[in-house]
Amino acid sequence: MSPDAGAPLLQVENLKKYYPLSGGVFGKKIGEVRAVDGVSFTVGKGETLGLVGESGCGKSTLGRTVMRLEEPTEGRILFEGADLAHASSAELFRLRRELQMIFQDPYSSLNPRMTVGEIVREPLVVHRMGTRAEQVEEVRALLETVGLGSETLERYPHEFSGGQRQRIGIARALALDPKLVIADEPVSALDVSVQSQVLNLMVQLQRERGLTYVFISHDLAVVEHVSDTVAIMYLGRIVEQGPVARIFNRPGMPYTRALLDAIPLPDPRRRKGVVPVGGETPSAIAPPPGCPFHPRCPFAIEDCRKAAPPLEPFEHADHVVACIRKEEIKDELARPLAAAEAGGVASERR
Amino acid sequence: MTQAAPGALLEIDNLTVSFDTEAGLLRAVDRISLEIAPGETLGLVGESGCGKSVTAASVLRLIPIPPGQIIHGTIRLAGKGDLLSLPAEELSSVRGQEVAMIFQDPMTSLNPVFTVEKQLGEVLRLRFGMDKRAARARSNEMLRTVGIPDPEARLGAYPHELSGGMKQRVMIAMALLSEPKLLIADEPTTALDVTIQAQILQLIRELQQRTGAAVLFITHDMGVVAEMCDRVAVMYAGRIVERGDVFEIFERSRHPYTTGLLQSIPRPGIAHKAQLPTIEGTVPSPLELPVGCRFAPRCWKRQTLDEASQRRCWEEDPALEPKPGGGVAACHFPVTDAERGGA
Repeated sequence: MSPDAGAPLLQVENLKKYYPLSGGVFGKKIGEVRAVDGVSFTVGKGETLGLVGESGCGKSTLGRTVMRLEEPTEGRILFEGADLAHASSAELFRLRRELQMIFQDPYSSLNPRMTVGEIVREPLVVHRMGTRAEQVEEVRALLETVGLGSETLERYPHEFSGGQRQRIGIARALALDPKLVIADEPVSALDVSVQSQVLNLMVQLQRERGLTYVFISHDLAVVEHVSDTVAIMYLGRIVEQGPVARIFNRPGMPYTRALLDAIPLPDPRRRKGVVPVGGETPSAIAPPPGCPFHPRCPFAIEDCRKAAPPLEPFEHADHVVACIRKEEIKDELARPLAAAEAGGVASERR
Repeated sequence: MTQAAPGALLEIDNLTVSFDTEAGLLRAVDRISLEIAPGETLGLVGESGCGKSVTAASVLRLIPIPPGQIIHGTIRLAGKGDLLSLPAEELSSVRGQEVAMIFQDPMTSLNPVFTVEKQLGEVLRLRFGMDKRAARARSNEMLRTVGIPDPEARLGAYPHELSGGMKQRVMIAMALLSEPKLLIADEPTTALDVTIQAQILQLIRELQQRTGAAVLFITHDMGVVAEMCDRVAVMYAGRIVERGDVFEIFERSRHPYTTGLLQSIPRPGIAHKAQLPTIEGTVPSPLELPVGCRFAPRCWKRQTLDEASQRRCWEEDPALEPKPGGGVAACHFPVTDAERGGA
């Protein structure tokens, strides 16, 4: 690992991505969807930030906006000090070498008409890296790195299983030797027995190449395994962020606790059996006033409706929580909420 | 093989289902036997393409024929006999009444051109002979039970006017309203957020407690299996490779596939960023199944054996049978306690 490991590589400041909502015959703007609504975070060199949230929380939009695949509405995206949000297209082209993305469905992100060799080589061609012979040699090395033999060079994506296609996607992402990889649900579409292969590969590549990851996922067990820090998103905002052990053992936000309580564990002696919170995530078109989680929160009080709570330190400087009641309820959040409700289905079914 | 359990609600015996594809005849399900007792939850677990969904769909004859074909086997439902040879009109009375099914995609069971009220009402009219007013009141109550806000307003809605999670709940409401003896749940929560999943699982448990329904729960999620199931059948490449009660499967599994699958999941207690145990390779194509044990090419246990023993794995197809030392597995050399701890 490089000596400056942990120094900030990516700093996102107050990033916003709003989509206009149009209506009527003339398609006038009648409102907006605040998909990402003022998000700030820092990722250190060689570290993994796990970005967690349920569908529609804005985590994928956030990833795409950081990559400038979406134009940010507001905010700064500092990559080694350079602001991606305001970079010219020439600067962006140069910076793109340093930032790469891995997608959930490797099949839809790989051109079906290109061979694996062409797919992995394409970034090298676009960025004019080396001679053709050097590029082909590099492609071979990359495929070997991700555990694929050079016999795959002339084959097409459809000939591969999901796990192998994800390896191809990773090889392509690594072609330009990036510093940062944004991985959007990279193992969610894979079979369980293949998930661990891809996770192992990503962890190993991080160790060998000092890669920095933003790992976007709804799967908390996977996030806990690979992340150094974790950010929890809800309705376009980060509602809690901190070191992985803090988030999983000492969450300060009721929503984080609800997520932890909701995941069934692969252990029949530790059944949850109780529903932590009811309801669904509200629409981002008409978010509730105040704290976005208050309509579902078992701890909500009148004040929670008044203003969106800011992210503030909770017990440690590097652990921030957006909840006005964090100090009052911290002991209750330290253990599963479900356990507080005596009896329940869990004990009956033992 | 399977004992004809006198108390079984559903008994699948020696079921084989194949599909005629361009690439050839594909055996999706190969000599599967299982039974479910009233009130019991059986988890049918496996990865994509293992045949678990085909098994479930066969129960209600939802396999498209052709290209599908039930080669042999019986599916007996208590009091109805073999569902595979039941006349069509009798089968349609079984569907949605004695047996209800919920899917990952709610639009599989919802009709896009009818309102929620019409669809729920139809179930109540057919099953209990309820009139419109009684059906409306009961539907309203069930929508509330499954956590749909403002159910009165939703009754008049068409499926496309509802969010994904809401449609899922309407489908589940429909299945619960019929008070089935058997609920077949095929990955019902896979597309849902974890907080919604917890709510849906709770609804299924409540139905069971209230009506004593049996549940056939199809999933690839070992967490959901541990949470919901009494017994588990693990499928691999069209076969059941292991079965047992939920504690046997999670704590004393004998088949190397089951053991490997459980160990490959990141879970509390595994060191941060440590390399996870993996199962090498990928699931075999049903068109090119290995001759002997179907798991042999990927099997970590086989690799620890001497050559003569390995030959047996390659050549001899293991039967699903009780193993000395406990468990029911299709493996010549079942996993021992020591191997499970150290693997």
